[in-house]
Amino acid sequence: MLRLFLRRLFESIPTLLILIAVTFFMMRMAPGGPFDSEKRLAPEVEANLRAAYHLDEPLWQQFGRYLWNLARGDFGPSFQYRDRTVTELIASGFPVSLQLGALAMLLAVVVGVSLGSLAALRQNRAADYGTMAVAMTGISVPNFVLAPLLILVFAVYLGWLPAGGLGLDGFFAGGWRNLVLPVFTLALTQVAYIARLTRGSMIEVLRSNFIRTAKAQGLPATTILLRHALKPALVPVVSYLGPATAGLITGSVVIETIFGLPGLGRYFVTGALNRDYTLVLGIVVFYGALIILFNFLVDLIYGWLDPRSRE
Amino acid sequence: MSGAAGGKEEVIAPEGAPTPVGAPSGAIISSIPPAPRSLWSDAWATLRHNRAAMTAGVILAVLVVLVIAGPALSPYDYARPNWDEIAVPPLTAGSAGTHVLGTDSLGRDLLTRTLVGGRLSLLIGLVSTLVSLVIGIAWGATAGFLGGRVDRVMMRMVDLLYALPFMFLVILLMVLFGRKILLIFVAIGAINWLDMARIVRGQAMGLKQREFVEAARVAGVRTFPIILRHIVPNLLGVVVVYVTLTIPQVILVESFLSFLGLGVQEPQTSWGVMVSDGALEMETAPWMLVVPAVFLAITLFCFNYLGDGLRDALDPRDRSGR
Repeated sequence: MLRLFLRRLFESIPTLLILIAVTFFMMRMAPGGPFDSEKRLAPEVEANLRAAYHLDEPLWQQFGRYLWNLARGDFGPSFQYRDRTVTELIASGFPVSLQLGALAMLLAVVVGVSLGSLAALRQNRAADYGTMAVAMTGISVPNFVLAPLLILVFAVYLGWLPAGGLGLDGFFAGGWRNLVLPVFTLALTQVAYIARLTRGSMIEVLRSNFIRTAKAQGLPATTILLRHALKPALVPVVSYLGPATAGLITGSVVIETIFGLPGLGRYFVTGALNRDYTLVLGIVVFYGALIILFNFLVDLIYGWLDPRSRE
Repeated sequence: MSGAAGGKEEVIAPEGAPTPVGAPSGAIISSIPPAPRSLWSDAWATLRHNRAAMTAGVILAVLVVLVIAGPALSPYDYARPNWDEIAVPPLTAGSAGTHVLGTDSLGRDLLTRTLVGGRLSLLIGLVSTLVSLVIGIAWGATAGFLGGRVDRVMMRMVDLLYALPFMFLVILLMVLFGRKILLIFVAIGAINWLDMARIVRGQAMGLKQREFVEAARVAGVRTFPIILRHIVPNLLGVVVVYVTLTIPQVILVESFLSFLGLGVQEPQTSWGVMVSDGALEMETAPWMLVVPAVFLAITLFCFNYLGDGLRDALDPRDRSGR
């Protein structure tokens, strides 16, 4: 276990470095800079600004400086929000995104696995076809289509839920109402994928010999399902959690923009549009590291679920 | 639906694979040759009985015809604003004929615009899929066929790329280098080849042990001609399935970028742009949101159902189960 742990840790470092390098040099090669504005700055002022942000140094030196600072947890100053550092911005945006993403992931796994198992138990019957049709809808209707439609129905026409914003109340004091639509929209695609995966693997597991043995011994159906079938059936679902996280993070960019949530996804979009180099770079690196970390955890869970993969 | 529905990384086992295209015809020794059942006729027989997939296929065909021919037949121009007919609801009579699906906030006929937008969405879907196909097949077939250290290095690179948050890089690319359509094609194609490479590699590994490859090698054919002439043609079945499943993903990515304001520019349009515009007006003119949203969703639905159907029909692994 320790060897697996160390090997994966060792492997994730080059991935992260490649990500940082690609993003860094891509941003610096692009036309236009953070100090472009309607009114041209005086050359001396601009030169001073560039010197203050070390933009006048050779590229490789800037890259080295960035890496060095990053290693100490310093993402640099934000170009757009002049009085705040990127670290501060990430620290303020991430809790919002984390809450949204974690709730969506929870919903996706719980509902997806339940629906998928249900469909597998009722294979080729009405419940199966119904569930899979719903799943297909979840895959085919993009979240940026679903989100405005849901706002239209539940916020504008029915007025049951707020159309956006974070709300001033705490989560349990009513703030949760602001998160219902975003979490649901964000989770739906992943619910669909997980349900389809679970159904497929559960059907295979239910056909296997050890389940037949369990049935022959007269165990009740729920015991067979929960105690024996669920764990092996979850293996492909767990290996899908990595891509699912990436999907949720990508989706959160849209969802946060549509619902006006002050999370990292929205910072990313506004930062990219305003050429806030350091902010965008910071968010890509931060999310990249997060995805790598998550894949690492998934591998550990995988080893626990499927003993064959431990070698 | 196949047992491994939705699985992305499945490697299709070579056992029970259909008669390879490049196999010598003398492989079947029989005095009275049975009616040949090729991969494709077998697949067609299975597919024909899949009502959902067939319906999806027909709808898609109709949609393609509409998208190609429709704008030319419409009395309205997709780009010219008409200040007298701003945001009229569906089925309103207009200056040159009924606006069947209403108009947008610049008075342009929504049906015409939706069809023109569909052109772009479908085109991007197709071209980007081709880009990813070419890269994916070349990469996967080479890695799978050569095996050994080359294979390990090549697939390790795929794994590395998998871990990157690609959508973010594409957004960055769009922001930094401008919203050029060609760039969208390439950028999207460049993300999607990873899956294809993995699938193709799995297939190629199985295929290289077949007799016809050995025969070619004995006959003195060199490595890359073998890959091109004998391995790639036999991958087509699997490739067709994943093309059908990749197109909707690509369309989705394009509309996602367009929705963020990073896709195609006015007066050109795509479904993503239209959904984005419609969402701004949804309280006063909901049809502006609903029409492109429905077209987009139906298209994605049909591609996914067709892809699922094709997988059932063409995936050799599934044959043993039936």
